[in-house]
Amino acid sequence: MALVEVRDVHKKFGRVEVLKGVSLDVAEGEIVTIIGRSGSGKSTLLRCINALETIEGGEIRVEGRSVHTRMKDLRLFRQRVGIVFQAFNLFPHLKVERNITLAPLLTGRTTKAAARALAEEVLARVGLSDKIDAWPDQLSGGQQQRVAIARCLAMRPHLMLFDEVTSALDPELVGEVLKVMEEMARQGMTMILVTHEMGFARNVANRIVFMHQGRVWEEGPPSKLFTAPETPELASFIANTK
Amino acid sequence: MRSLSFVDFVSLISAIQWTVMLVVLALAFGAPLGLGLATARISRFAPLRWLAASIIQVVQGVPLLGLLFFFYFGMPMFLGVQVPAILAVTVAYTLYTAGFLGDIWRGGLEAVKEAQWEAGACLGLSVLQQFVHIIGPQALRLSLPPTVGFLVQLIKGTSLASIVGFVELARAGQVASAATFQPLMIYGVVASLYFALCFPLTLWSRSLEARLDGSR
Amino acid sequence: MNFLPLWRYFDHFAEGVVVTLELTIVAAIAGLVIGVAGAVALRGRVKPLALLVRAYIEIFRNTPSLIQIFLIFFVLPTFGLKLPAFEAAAVALSLYFGAYSVEIVRAGLDSVPKSQIEAGHCLGLTGWQVFRHVVLPPALRNAYPAVTSQFVLLLLGTSLASQVAAGELFHVAGFVESRTYRSFEVYAVICALYFAMAMGFKLLFTAFGLLAFRWPRRR
Repeated sequence: MALVEVRDVHKKFGRVEVLKGVSLDVAEGEIVTIIGRSGSGKSTLLRCINALETIEGGEIRVEGRSVHTRMKDLRLFRQRVGIVFQAFNLFPHLKVERNITLAPLLTGRTTKAAARALAEEVLARVGLSDKIDAWPDQLSGGQQQRVAIARCLAMRPHLMLFDEVTSALDPELVGEVLKVMEEMARQGMTMILVTHEMGFARNVANRIVFMHQGRVWEEGPPSKLFTAPETPELASFIANTK
Repeated sequence: MRSLSFVDFVSLISAIQWTVMLVVLALAFGAPLGLGLATARISRFAPLRWLAASIIQVVQGVPLLGLLFFFYFGMPMFLGVQVPAILAVTVAYTLYTAGFLGDIWRGGLEAVKEAQWEAGACLGLSVLQQFVHIIGPQALRLSLPPTVGFLVQLIKGTSLASIVGFVELARAGQVASAATFQPLMIYGVVASLYFALCFPLTLWSRSLEARLDGSR
Repeated sequence: MNFLPLWRYFDHFAEGVVVTLELTIVAAIAGLVIGVAGAVALRGRVKPLALLVRAYIEIFRNTPSLIQIFLIFFVLPTFGLKLPAFEAAAVALSLYFGAYSVEIVRAGLDSVPKSQIEAGHCLGLTGWQVFRHVVLPPALRNAYPAVTSQFVLLLLGTSLASQVAAGELFHVAGFVESRTYRSFEVYAVICALYFAMAMGFKLLFTAFGLLAFRWPRRR
C-alpha cells in the first residue's frame, strides 16, 4: 500500500478548475518532485494532501486514511505530516527553541524536561545548533527555512511536504537548504516537493511528476523524464528552465 | 416647566451654527500653528524640535476641559482683564487643534521616505521647494485620513464649550432640557445632530484610509 | 499668583486623583472586555449581532462623550434606573472606550497573517492553541500602541464626569475654585496633575511594552 494515494482529485477556486482529476501514488521512503509552470496546480495539490484546501471530487488517502472525510482526526493526521512553506512562517514572537518545541509540547509529544534536548537534536540535523536562542527575525532566510524544517522534524513526521521552499531565498542561500533536504532524503524520509530546483529534482528525487493545466501530464524517473520527455509540453518546459 | 415645542428644535438646530463656527475658528488658527509644530518637529535645529515636542506633549497630556477652564477662568484672573468668552474659547481650541494636528502631520512628514528629500535635492531644489513640491503633497495624502478623523474629535470636543457657558449645540440642549424636563428627547436630538455632523466625516476618513491601503 | 491657599485642599486633590484613577481603570477594563467581545461578534457568523455591534460603534464614536454621560445620568432615571454619578459616568465612559476598543482589538487580530494561523494548524494544534500561542501575542503587540494612547485619552476624558458631579479630579477643581476664587492657580494645578498622570502612564506603558514584547520587529 502506498503511503499517499491521490485518486482523481478535482479542485476549483470559484469557477477556475485548478485540479482536473489528479491521481498519484507515493510509496514509503519515496522522494517525489512535482514540477510544472506556475498555475499548473502543483502547489494546490500539495496543500490538498495536507487538507489545507478542500476538494470537490476524488479522494486523498494518507496511511490508508481518507484525508478529507475524517475531519475528526485532522489534527492527529497533521501531527504526522510536516509541511514547509515558501515564506517559512516561523512564529516571530517565539525564539527558535520555542518555535520548535511549541507543537510537541502542546500536543503532548514531549515533556518540558525533554523539550530542550529535542530542539537541540533537530537543530543539529539542520546545522543550526548555535541558533537555539535566536529570534527568527535575526536569522537569514536560509537559516529561517532550516529552522522551519527542524520545527517539522521535531514532530517526527511520517511524510514531509515542501512547497517551493527555496523560491523566496537569495540564490546564495538556496544551497544550505537543499543540503538539509538531501540529508533527510538519505535517511529515508518520504518527501513530496514542489520545486523549481531542477538540479535537486534530477539528483535526489526517485520520481518526477510534471503537471500541466491541472493534470499529471507525464511522470517517471528523472533519468528518463529529463533526457527523453514524451510530451512537447515537458520538452519545452525543460528547455525553458535550463 | 413647559412642554416641548417646535421652538426648542429650532433653537437646537440653529445652535449648530455656533458649533460649526467653533470648529472653523479652531481650524483657522490651529491648522497653521499645527503645521508650524509639525515642521518644527522635523527641524534640524534640536531645541526647536524639543520645544514643539513639549507643546504637543502638554496639549495631549491635559484634558480639553482643563484647557478651556484655564483660558476661560484662569487667564483673565491672572491677567486681571476681562477676556471675551469667544477669545478664551478660541485660544483653547486653537491649542488643542494645533497639538493634535501637529502630531498627525509630523507622522505624515516622517512617513515620506528620506530618499524623496534626496531626490529633490538632487534636482537642485531648495529645502523650501522640496517641502512644498515633493514632501508636502505626499505627507498630506498620508495624513489626510487621521486629519479627518481628528475633525470628528474636534466637533465632538466643541460640546465642551457648553460647560463654560458658550451656547453651542450641547448648551442649547441643556437649556431646553432644563426648561422642558424631557432630557431623553432633547439629548437624543442633540446626539443625533452631532452624529449627523460626524458620521459622514468618519465614513470619509475610512474611505480615504482604504484608498491609501489599496495603493500601497 | 499664589498657590499657597490651595495647599489646604491637598486632601481634596488627592481624593480627586484617586477617583479619577478609579474611574479610568474601571472604564478601561470594562471597555476592553467590550472590545474583545465586540471584535469576536464582528468576526462571527451571526449577522444581526455583527450589525448591532457596528451600530453601537458608530453611535458611540460619532457623538460627544459629554452627551453620552448626560444621557445615561439624566435619562436612565426616567426609566426607573437611577445610577449615582460615579457609576453613571463609569458606564458612559466604558461604552465610549469600548466603542474604540472593538476596532483596535479587531485590527490587532487582523494584523496577524493568515499564513501564521495556517502554520499553527499544520503543526496539529487546536483552534484555541493556535489563537492563544500563535495569534494572540503578535496581535497584542500590534494593538498595544493604539490601546495605550486611547487609554490616555480616556484618562483625560474622565474630566467630563465632573459635569454630573462624579467627585473626580475636575469636580474637585470646581469645588476648590468656589472656595478660594483662585481660578488661575486651581486650573494650572489641575492641568499639571492630569499631565503628570498622563506622562506617568505613558512611561509605565512604554516600560511594560519593552518588557512584554521583546521579539524583534519585522523588517
